[in-house]
Amino acid sequence: MKASLKPPYMIALMRKLEIWVILLSTFLMETAPTAANSLMRQGYLDEQFIQLEELQDAENPNFVEEVVTMYYRDSARLIQNIEQALEKNPLDFAKLDNNMHQFMGSSSSIGAKKLKNECTQFNECCKTGNGEGCKRTFQQVKKEYAALKKKLEQYFQFSRQIGPVEKACRPK
Amino acid sequence: MMSKNNLALGQKFSVLIVDDDKIIRRIHKMLLTKFEFESHAVENGKEAVDLYISGKNFDLILMDMEMAVMDGPKATRELRSMGINNVIVGVTSRGSTSEKQAFTEAGLDYCVEKPLSSETITSLLKELAKKY
Repeated sequence: MKASLKPPYMIALMRKLEIWVILLSTFLMETAPTAANSLMRQGYLDEQFIQLEELQDAENPNFVEEVVTMYYRDSARLIQNIEQALEKNPLDFAKLDNNMHQFMGSSSSIGAKKLKNECTQFNECCKTGNGEGCKRTFQQVKKEYAALKKKLEQYFQFSRQIGPVEKACRPK
Repeated sequence: MMSKNNLALGQKFSVLIVDDDKIIRRIHKMLLTKFEFESHAVENGKEAVDLYISGKNFDLILMDMEMAVMDGPKATRELRSMGINNVIVGVTSRGSTSEKQAFTEAGLDYCVEKPLSSETITSLLKELAKKY
């Protein structure tokens, strides 16, 4: 540990000032509103996707696409796990709930609003031990998952054509 | 309670991200970089505890609740029993009050829902500033 010649109260005071400087600069920072207009209006995405867009910058110009690609790569495994678990008899609802929870968490992290809602339906069926309900709602989850993937592929294709960052007004 | 031992002049505010979700680790790392924080990410509670045992220290820990090997509540209890009094913020996607309560009682300073946003980080900073 690095020894300091300053008294402890000075160290604490300077750390406090450092935190307030960070807060102030964040408040003053100009942010350009960005939005995946159409996808948000259709309910596919929520505010979290905007947060991802706002994290994108010149140093990480493909951050959103990187995260979404990571999501589709990792979530394919979770989808497969759930599919396999649904083939078992009897169904292990705790395992299904756990797997879906992981999938839902990842989907939330990219702002997949509609998909998250479908996952919630599945979780409700798990909680009530409704096997047929789980199978039915899982088909909806897969449908929504595929639909969002197509939409996002179109979005990134469009983004590449118009430039690194799409500036648009947020939908009201 | 923030340990004064963690304070090091001239060094960036350091954050340990503890989460088994690779996507969450990437997003949170990026978000913290925007605040000019230095961050390190590990996959589970045991890796977090091992880091502290090895002598590493962080100003803030973002601890996921559900992880394999060692989950958030266990890792938090372990760190507190080691005398680690850095700020530990629980980060969970489970919204149930009782689960959050149990996690908080393990030794958290705060518990927030993931994924984190700029607003959440800003609120946390305001709370941290009050502690000094």
